[in-house]
Amino acid sequence: MGKITFIEHDNTEHVTEFEAGTTLMQIAVDNAVPGIDGDCGGECACGTCHMIVADEWFGKTGSIGDAEEQMLSMTPERAQTSRLGCQVKTTAAMDGLTVHLPEFQM
Amino acid sequence: MTTQTQGISQSLTMEAIQTKAVNAAARVVPMHWQILTLKALVSAKKKIFGARPGPGAFVEAPVPDINTLAIEDVDVSNPFLYRQGQWGAYFKRLRDEAPVHYQENSPFGKFWSVTRYDDILFVDKNHELFSSEPIIVLGNTPEGLPMEMFIAMDAPKHDVQRRSVQDAVAPRNLKEMEGLIRERTGEVLDSLPLGTPFNWVPTVSKELTGRMLATLLDFPYEKRNKLIHWSDRFAGTAETAGGEFTDDSELFDCAADMAREFSLLWHDKKARLAAGEAPSFDLVSLLQQGEDTKDMINRPMEFLGNLALLIIGGNDTTRNSMSGGVLALNQFPEEFAKLKANPQLIPNMVSEIIRWQTPLAHMRRIATQDVEMHGQTIKKGDRVVMWYASGNRDERKFENPDQFIIDRQDVRNHISFGYGIHRCMGNRLAELQLRILWEELLKRFDDIEVVGEPERVQSNFVRGYSELMVKLTPKQQ
Repeated sequence: MGKITFIEHDNTEHVTEFEAGTTLMQIAVDNAVPGIDGDCGGECACGTCHMIVADEWFGKTGSIGDAEEQMLSMTPERAQTSRLGCQVKTTAAMDGLTVHLPEFQM
Repeated sequence: MTTQTQGISQSLTMEAIQTKAVNAAARVVPMHWQILTLKALVSAKKKIFGARPGPGAFVEAPVPDINTLAIEDVDVSNPFLYRQGQWGAYFKRLRDEAPVHYQENSPFGKFWSVTRYDDILFVDKNHELFSSEPIIVLGNTPEGLPMEMFIAMDAPKHDVQRRSVQDAVAPRNLKEMEGLIRERTGEVLDSLPLGTPFNWVPTVSKELTGRMLATLLDFPYEKRNKLIHWSDRFAGTAETAGGEFTDDSELFDCAADMAREFSLLWHDKKARLAAGEAPSFDLVSLLQQGEDTKDMINRPMEFLGNLALLIIGGNDTTRNSMSGGVLALNQFPEEFAKLKANPQLIPNMVSEIIRWQTPLAHMRRIATQDVEMHGQTIKKGDRVVMWYASGNRDERKFENPDQFIIDRQDVRNHISFGYGIHRCMGNRLAELQLRILWEELLKRFDDIEVVGEPERVQSNFVRGYSELMVKLTPKQQ
């Protein structure tokens, strides 16, 4: 059990608890964090769980796969530390992680 | 190879040579002259060699009861399935008995149908196994007019072209447009007759989508009906999707007219930019600013193809969802009551309308290698059709899938926009237009009553309406 903070575009913070192994998208959806659609249900096929990981945490979120890279490249709001929430499986090392949500999902 | 596939592959090779010649001439010859030259060429070729084998014209006959057919005889390419209300039973049988189904003798040739939600998602996601080239509908591109569009391109060319235009419909820009869309929607709704029946399709659905397209393209507003006309003509071709149009010479005339209008628009934009005007966010301007698309005018088949894509993509889809929502709320009056009691449900209802209507029935792919699905081997080169209309009614995915439920929980999972790299680029615009329409309708009317049976269009691709008679009851003040 640890904590992850989602920060909406208007700076509203949502501090959530998580079990390692759940994806960032699922944690956001389970906690009704606004701004995460997750239309495809975690299949890396819609790009609507786009999140921007805080710089200092980006290295802990694992590598970006080909399919994720392709979906991210279609997102107009893409930033340096963008990830699709459904592709980031949480680990114990992510306790305290902060992610920012973009203003819009594609 | 059969004679039919041989004939088609020969004509595709000829078309590739022809496209190169068209591109070479593009710098000196106006594009619409070129299209008219192509028209003459194709007509001469048909006189000498005969027309390429194709489905020809479709004559409506009663669709057979699904229970009387052997499974191999089930043909979901029939363009009258939707009009005659038989599509639901046909696709349910395929989902239950043959989720990956082979049809050998359709008027469009052989093809596989994939009808369950999970399987469609698999095909859509695995774009390296299933190519989108050269066309994404069941049939063939019209002979002699092989328009190229990024929806029917594979990576990496697809990715580059899509990126260069997607900003026009990016949510950031839509925010700026919301006020304009609301204003134009209000104008149309305020002009509607009260208490007397009228056809909702041309008066509301077509009118609103036409206005929107003209805005997105910065196309001359007074000529906006041309956009609708071209789109209807392209999407209604018999050879590509079982539509009502078989006269190719008229198709070339449309393409030539479109070439003339869009060339004018292109050059006008270029001149305004050169004169120091700030670049705008319309689609043509964005093409001119993209590194890989800034010379697209010199590649007429690509230029026309991509503009046709944006017009068709924003036309039939939104239009038929605007009509479909009215019909759905009439077929499920308890949902209309729920909506009036709680207008907060509009955004969720918009997704449910798009699921329930599924304005585009399918997308087609070609297998790039042998692929096993449900014990069947799809061979390299085979056509595979993903039936979104079926996936959205798959009882394995959606509870009571045929019911229209405006507060359905998992409705955003609907497959109408497709998934993967070809997912609908205009999804947020479509949702925005529909949300505004319903917000503005609820402000003005207590009832939108459907009076009479709707007329549905002939197609295996577009699931739409040509007539929906309605009567409005204004809101009690």
